[in-house]
Amino acid sequence: MTSKPRKQIHLAAHFPGVNNTTVWSDPRSGSHIEFDSFVQFAQIAERAKFDFLFLAEGLRLREQNDQIYDLDVVGRPDTFTVLAALAAVTDRLGLTGTINSTFNEPYEVARQFATLDHLSAGRAAWNVVTSWDALTGENFRRGGFLPQEQRYERAERFLSAARRLFDSCSGDEILANKESGVFLDAPRPGRFAVHDNHFDIAGHFKVPRSPQGRPVIFQAGDSDAGREFAAASADAIFSRHGTLEAGQAFYQDVKGRLAKYGRGHDELLVLPAATFVLGDTETDAQEQAAIIRKQQVSGQTAIKFAEQLWNRDLSDYDPDGPVPEFDPLLGEHTIARGRASVRMYTDPIATARQWRELGAARKLSLREVIIEVTGRQNFIGTAETVAATIDEFVQADASDGFILVPHITPGGLAEFADTVVPILQERGSFRADYTGSTLRDHLGLAIPKRESARQSGQELTGARAAS
Amino acid sequence: MPEPLHLAVALDASGWHPAAWREPAARPTSLLTAAYWTDLIKAAERGLLDFVTIEDSLGLQSDTFSGPDDRVDRVQGRLDAVLIAARVAPLTSSIGLVPTAVLTHTEPFHLSKAIATLDYVSRGRAGVRVKVAVSAAEAEHFGRRHIPQLTPADLTTPEVRQLVSDLFDEAADHVEVVRRLWDSWEDDAEIRDAATGRFIDRKKLHYIDFRSKHLSVKGPSIVPRPPQGQPLVSALAHIDVAYRLAARQADIVYVTPADTTDATRIVHDVRAEQAAAGRERETLHVLADLVVFLDSETEPGAARKARLDDLDDLDGIEYTSDARISTGSASDLADLLEQYQQAGITGFRLRPGALPDDLTRITGRLVPELQRRNLFRRDYEASTLRGLLGLARPANRYAVTEGVPA
Repeated sequence: MTSKPRKQIHLAAHFPGVNNTTVWSDPRSGSHIEFDSFVQFAQIAERAKFDFLFLAEGLRLREQNDQIYDLDVVGRPDTFTVLAALAAVTDRLGLTGTINSTFNEPYEVARQFATLDHLSAGRAAWNVVTSWDALTGENFRRGGFLPQEQRYERAERFLSAARRLFDSCSGDEILANKESGVFLDAPRPGRFAVHDNHFDIAGHFKVPRSPQGRPVIFQAGDSDAGREFAAASADAIFSRHGTLEAGQAFYQDVKGRLAKYGRGHDELLVLPAATFVLGDTETDAQEQAAIIRKQQVSGQTAIKFAEQLWNRDLSDYDPDGPVPEFDPLLGEHTIARGRASVRMYTDPIATARQWRELGAARKLSLREVIIEVTGRQNFIGTAETVAATIDEFVQADASDGFILVPHITPGGLAEFADTVVPILQERGSFRADYTGSTLRDHLGLAIPKRESARQSGQELTGARAAS
Repeated sequence: MPEPLHLAVALDASGWHPAAWREPAARPTSLLTAAYWTDLIKAAERGLLDFVTIEDSLGLQSDTFSGPDDRVDRVQGRLDAVLIAARVAPLTSSIGLVPTAVLTHTEPFHLSKAIATLDYVSRGRAGVRVKVAVSAAEAEHFGRRHIPQLTPADLTTPEVRQLVSDLFDEAADHVEVVRRLWDSWEDDAEIRDAATGRFIDRKKLHYIDFRSKHLSVKGPSIVPRPPQGQPLVSALAHIDVAYRLAARQADIVYVTPADTTDATRIVHDVRAEQAAAGRERETLHVLADLVVFLDSETEPGAARKARLDDLDDLDGIEYTSDARISTGSASDLADLLEQYQQAGITGFRLRPGALPDDLTRITGRLVPELQRRNLFRRDYEASTLRGLLGLARPANRYAVTEGVPA
C-alpha cells in the first residue's frame, strides 16, 4: 500500500464557443443555440460526475476583412440566462460563466451571480475576463475601451468591488419571525461603498448572502499580470499548456505566487482546457485526430489564420500552395480587429519564417503548416491511454484536472463520459459520485470568510491589488 | 360572444400587502429559493393564466421614493427577475414569463441577449416588463450618473419633470436598441452550408447602427433571432410620459384606473398616444392592474386585508396602492373585470394581496367563474406568449421582402 493518497482529478465540460474547434459540418453536430443542446451537454457532464460546465463569452461577433466571420459557429446565448435555466435540469453540476469586467458594472454582475448561486443552491462560478478593444465597446452605451495595461487593474478593482457586494450581507439578517413581525435584524442591510480609480459606488446590496458566500472565481490568462491576478484573487486558473513539462512549469509558477497573498497551495486550482480524440486503437485515434484537424482547418480557414499573422488580405492565395514568401505587414492590425489570436504573434516576421521553414523541411502546404502549428488535440488514444495520460498529468502536478472541449456539440462529450471516466474512477483518481452539493464542495474549496463590511473600500481594494 | 380576457399575475415576494409574509401560508424564508418561484409559477400555469410578471429593482425595497427606509418589519432582498424566469422556464411549458428589467442603468445589448435567451430556454414564452429608475440610491449603485434625492412633491417641478421626461426618452431608445438587436439576425441566417464552408449567410446579419443622444450601439446581437421574433415588451404607466413610452415601444401597457370612468379616460389617452406613434394598426394591450384580496371559506377578503393592515405598522392608515384594491368574492371580481372590459381594458394584471393564498383563489375560483362567463380560455390555445396574446410573429425589420429584385 502506498501512503500518499491519489490526487483527485477535477473535470469540467466546456460547451464550445465560436471558434474552429467545433466541426459543425459533421452530421452529428447539433445546435449551439437551442436549449436542448445545452440540456443534453449538461446532463452528460452530470452523469459523468463532472465538477462543472463552462461557458465562454464574446460580446461582439468576430470580424475579418471588415466582414462578419462566417466559417465557424456564429452566435451563442446569454451566459447568465442559460446557466440559470440549466440549474433547473441539473442537480449537482457546477455552472461557470465567463463574464466581462469591462462592459458591466459590479452591482449588476454581483446581483446576477448571487442570484445564480441562490437559484442553483450553491453551484455558481465566475470566469472573470476583461476586454480592451474598441470594437466590442461599440456595442455598449459606455462605448470606449481600456488601454491594454489597465485590463488587469480594471478586473482586479471590479472583482474587489464585487467581493465587497457579495460580503455586504452576513446571511443572518433575515429573521422572518411571523409572530413578532420582525423580518430583518436591522434596517438597511447590505451596506457597501467602493471608491477607487475605477469605481465610485455606494449604497445597499439587495441579494442576501448566497449559499457559497461568493461564486467560485476563475481567471483565464497566461500573462504575468494574469497569473498574479489569479494568485491574489481567483479560486481556479484556466490555462492552455499542452505538454507535461509546460504544464508543470506553469503549475509551479502560479502555485508559488500564492504564499505572498497568505494563501495555501490548494486554494488555487490549475485547470487547463483540453481537447481529446478517442479511438478503438492508438492508430485509429491518430487517424481520427488527423481527419478532425483537416475538418477544423479547411483551406478557407487556413487563409483566415494566415491573414491574422500576415495582417493583409490573402483571399487570392492558394492554401494548398507553399507558405507565402513575403513578410507579414507590421503595425496596427487591420484585417482581424478585436481578435485575441492576433496578439499571440509578438514577432510576426520571425513566426512567418518559422512556418516557411517548417513547410520547406516537411514539404507541407500552407494549410498543412497551419494544421501543425495551431494546436493538435491534447489527448489522442484509446480510452485507457487517455485516462492514463490525464491521470499522469494530474499526479505529476502539471494540472489539477482539465476543462474538456469536445469537437462535436452536444454529443461529443458522451464517449469520454462513458469510456474514460469509468477508468479514472477505477484508478481511484476521480469521484464515483458527488459527495457534496455545492461547486465549492466538488473543488475542495472552503466557503470564503466574509471580509468585514466595516472595512473601508480603500483597504479592501488596495490590500489585494497585484501591483 | 365577448372577447376573452387576458389574465396575468404580478409576483412579488410574499404578495403585495406589506404584511403578507406573516400569513400562515406565506413562506418568507423561502423567497430566495428556486422552489418558491417554481411552485408559484406552476400554480399560475395550472390556472391557464397568460403570463406572470416578476418584480425587480436595482435597490432595496422601500417605502420612500429615493432610497431605503428604516423598516425592519417588511420583506427585504430580491433575486434578479430575469434569472428567476430562466430558472423556472424549463419546468413550465405554456405560461408566459415576463421579468422586470430596469432600463436606466443597464446596457441594451445585455438586456436584449438575456431576453432573447429567455425566449430560447422557454421556447417562445419570454417577455420583459421595462422600468425606469428615478432613484438617487439606485444611481449611486452604478456611480455613472447623478440622480437627485427626490420626494413625490418634487415631481411637479419643471426641472424634475424634465429629468423624468429625459429618462423616459432614454428608455424608449433603450427598448428600440433591444428590439433592433432581436431583429439583427434574420430567421434563416444560420445556413451550415458545408459546400461553401459558411456557417451563416452574413448578408442576413445586420448592424443596427443606433445612435442617439443617449445611446449608441453597433450590433449585431450575439444571439440569433429569438423564437418569437420579438419577445413581448410591457410597461407599467401612470403618467403621460409613461403612456408615451408604452405607446411607442410596448405590446402591453399596465395601467391603474381608479374606476371605470378613469379607465375610459386612460384607454383614450393610451390609444391617442398609440396613434401619435403611428402604431394604430398594431396590437397594444391595455391591462388594468388590480390588487386583489379574495374571499376564502372562512374569511372575507376585506376582513383579511383589514387584519393585515393591523399587522403592518401603518400608523393607523390602511394599505393603499397605485392600483385599485379589490376585495370580495371571485364573482364580485369577475363583475368588476367585465365593467373594465366594457371601458376598453383588454385584460388584467392581478397583484395578489398575499401569496400563495390569493393566487390559489385566482386560479381556483376566479378562473372558473370567468370560464363560466365565456370570458377566459379553457385550455392553452398557443405555445408562445405572442400566440396567447393574439399577436402574430412579426416580420423582421431588416429582411428584404421576398420577390423584390435587389
